[in-house]
Amino acid sequence: MTGILPVALDYATRVLQALLLEGKEYVCVMQLHGEFSPQILETVVSEFVGEIFQRPPLRSSVKRRLRTRRIYSLDILEIDGRSVLLRIACQSGTYMRKLCHDLGEAMGCGAHMRELRRTRTGPFTEDDVFSLYDLLDAFKFWKERGDPESLLGMLRPMEDALAFLPKIYIRDSAIDAICHGADLAVPGVLSLDTPIEQGEMVALFSQKSEAVALGRSLMSAEEVLVKDHGLVCKTQRVLMPEGTYPRSWKSRPRQG
Amino acid sequence: MRSTPPWSIVRELRVKAEEDTDFSFGCPPSERLLETRFRFGIVNLDKPRGPTSHEVVAWTKKILEVGRAGHGGTLEGHPRRSQSDRHSPGSS
Repeated sequence: MTGILPVALDYATRVLQALLLEGKEYVCVMQLHGEFSPQILETVVSEFVGEIFQRPPLRSSVKRRLRTRRIYSLDILEIDGRSVLLRIACQSGTYMRKLCHDLGEAMGCGAHMRELRRTRTGPFTEDDVFSLYDLLDAFKFWKERGDPESLLGMLRPMEDALAFLPKIYIRDSAIDAICHGADLAVPGVLSLDTPIEQGEMVALFSQKSEAVALGRSLMSAEEVLVKDHGLVCKTQRVLMPEGTYPRSWKSRPRQG
Repeated sequence: MRSTPPWSIVRELRVKAEEDTDFSFGCPPSERLLETRFRFGIVNLDKPRGPTSHEVVAWTKKILEVGRAGHGGTLEGHPRRSQSDRHSPGSS
């Protein structure tokens, strides 16, 4: 099956854990196994929008227990005989093959997925996608002719992957401590996205819009704005190499 | 759980304190040089039909001559699966 596959290089592989949890969008061809009325299909499809229960298929890479997944939208784009072209926006970890099967069960006639194309992974869409051939051409252009322009356009900053996460911008002086794994405290915060709920995944950014780390918020955005001390965010994944910014905390003198 | 897709959530940036940043350290992502982009970059690829997501990553590494790469979400079944009965869970 085809579609959007963001590939992260070297240090940028660290942002993938955030990208894996992002919402996805697909276009798929569902093949129904019997005659059906378009009106009934319309009704059945609308019932699948929102929270659904889904048991991962027999061949899947996760434990096969019933779990809930959110379908943000489900649209019928085209009907041609028993083939139905669907556009689906859903939470990560929703199985499209299973969704088509379950839609078929609900219709009564059965169905399976015939074709699938992913049209979005979080912030990455089909608008700025490149083929492996494009990539190879761009690399050769740079290596053989010294022209970096097209390659520069393809290698997007890893920060792009974090576009939909709530962000907290921090002081230069807080950055290196975070890079060493420290948690973020209130005095280090300069500005932040609202709303942020406690326990939500957040991205810590420098004032130059560089990603510093991923973490889990320990207080809501409202609390951060009014408090003058306390921990804001538990650092979970450092995205910036140590020493990018100067170290500005005092270490305790060594004993002995 | 949210009912709107993550790409349609609107957030408002609110300021708690102000401070100038020192431009002798770090670099805004848009100004990174090509060499740095090989370390901190993402390529938005259109996966062709046929190869697994894993194989596409391997080709990317070979083309760009980088040592480490990874993808954001498998676009077919489990890599252990044989060519003939490859399922397409779409995501996970």
